[in-house]
Amino acid sequence: MKQKKSKFSGDLLTFLLVAAVYAVVAYLLYGGSLTRQFSNMLIPISVYIVLAVSLNLVVGLLGELSLGHAGFMSVGLFSGCLLSIALVDILPTPVRLPLSMLAGGLVAALFGLAVGLPALRLKGDYLAIVTLACGEIIKNIITNLKFTGGALGLNTNPIYSNAKKLLPYAIVLVLLTVLVMMNLKRSKQGRAIMAIRDNRIAAESVGIDVTRYKLTVFTIAAFFAGAAGTLYGHFFANVKAASFDYNMSIEILVIVVLGGMGSIPGSIIAAIVLTALPEAMREFADYRMLLYAIVLIIVMLATNNPTMKDFLRRISPAALLRRAAKKKTPSLQKEEA
Amino acid sequence: MSVKTHQKTKLVPVNRSVALLPERDAHVSPILECIDLGVTFGGLKAVDNFDITIGRTEIAGLIGPNGAGKTTIFNLLTKVYQPTHGTILLDGKDIHGMTTTQVNRAGIARTFQNIRLFTDLTVEENITVAMNNQIKYNMAEGIFRLPSFWKGERIAHERAMELLSFFHMEQFADAKAGSLPYGAQRRLEILRALATNPCLLLLDEPAAGMNPSETAELMENIRTIRDTFKIAVLLIEHDMSLVMNICEGIAVLSFGRIIAKGSPEDIQSDPKVIEAYLGRKKEA
Repeated sequence: MKQKKSKFSGDLLTFLLVAAVYAVVAYLLYGGSLTRQFSNMLIPISVYIVLAVSLNLVVGLLGELSLGHAGFMSVGLFSGCLLSIALVDILPTPVRLPLSMLAGGLVAALFGLAVGLPALRLKGDYLAIVTLACGEIIKNIITNLKFTGGALGLNTNPIYSNAKKLLPYAIVLVLLTVLVMMNLKRSKQGRAIMAIRDNRIAAESVGIDVTRYKLTVFTIAAFFAGAAGTLYGHFFANVKAASFDYNMSIEILVIVVLGGMGSIPGSIIAAIVLTALPEAMREFADYRMLLYAIVLIIVMLATNNPTMKDFLRRISPAALLRRAAKKKTPSLQKEEA
Repeated sequence: MSVKTHQKTKLVPVNRSVALLPERDAHVSPILECIDLGVTFGGLKAVDNFDITIGRTEIAGLIGPNGAGKTTIFNLLTKVYQPTHGTILLDGKDIHGMTTTQVNRAGIARTFQNIRLFTDLTVEENITVAMNNQIKYNMAEGIFRLPSFWKGERIAHERAMELLSFFHMEQFADAKAGSLPYGAQRRLEILRALATNPCLLLLDEPAAGMNPSETAELMENIRTIRDTFKIAVLLIEHDMSLVMNICEGIAVLSFGRIIAKGSPEDIQSDPKVIEAYLGRKKEA
């Protein structure tokens, strides 16, 4: 029971840390002490956090490889932004933006469901290939449709907003995503999803409806990708479907793997690092993919090393909190020993 | 540890078929009836013409040489494989067309020969996962931590601890299931199966890898489980001391067919069983 409590508060700590960092960033941004380069990274970083945390639900908790996340994001982006453009003169931004994010998310979720229904009968590599193909199909369809602007891209100039205007929505979206994912993980549904990951046959044998849970996970992940996509679209004056190809899906996957499968704080940190680094080191842009590969290999080696794993576990927020709690009440420590 | 010598159960014939049931279960309908059950893989008849009847509180055994099709029968009962022909009646209801998940909800729970725990979940979570259908709150209530979530989780926690106390495993509640010693993993698998509130428990070699004193303890536990939860148990086991000691009815399987059925005494003296296990005596 003690252990359980500290786990819950570990989640709370992560949540509060994210909120605190955003509070500081917002204070600096609106105080005008952030450089243009830095403030321009805020929205992409937030979007990538949402994408990574939602993909982590599929890859880390459900244990299925999905390479179509950018596809769901772009479905959400285009449907959300089209709605936003249509409503631009009717509704004020504080109503229009959340509404279009919701719409973008719902359309993406619908696509997630539609792709998931046939695809989730597959497992492992086969599912990865099918989701990859679906992402590419989505990209090509959007590129060839007239009302999405075709190959030239969708003109989002009328709904364009800068980082200062978008940051509050980004904060709400990120916090909401983190909250949903963390609480989902520690609920009966989360346990069922992780049980499917650990052993599908055993999960079925204890009465868990595997297909239903897989579909739910796929749909929720697509929803958040779509909502994040809509936000992303508002940050540019023009969006092309071609930029949401499999490379982007893999980039999101790299963030998830780098941050640690199933670890939400890990995904957040990795999203920040991997989005900020290329911007901060523009002169090395050519070596970005090479750097990704090297960093990924190092992380894989490090996280599979028992000593390293133990060290990482000791510095996790939950462990730090537990230690802090122990220090405060030394009598407890004796009891436990 | 001394094993209580148990009163021998008298098997009585039941009128609906030639099936034998323990006397105390004879007046009620059986929990499980398999009629002419069979499965074919390609040209191989893995199980054929399998008939069995299990009473409501019976401990039944399924024995046979390696490769006889014992685990295949468990897989047929839990619909991991779909039977090619035959009928399975659980509590009088045909489970034809049900999936593994639905069969579990209908009341069959099982353990696996090669342990299949959720290794990355804790011991307690392994049990609460199995209560998934009994915990009543939906996804939104869970995400937004509404009162029904806390209530459901509290009940699940209490029930899990109660089940763990059954095997004196409460102190492992927060350990990762994969880190448990082998014997404890087997016991946890039984508890996980029980957590689904079954009316029929299938145990696939529960004593595999256990030493004699652990096996003796397990025998007592299986009896206690039957008496506490008032359920039927069907077990596959190679440990004959366990089978002959706790099983009331035994079916012997060889090459996918039942070659003998009856009480432990009948089975031990059946020439066909001896032949299946030891081979035929060479003609002089």
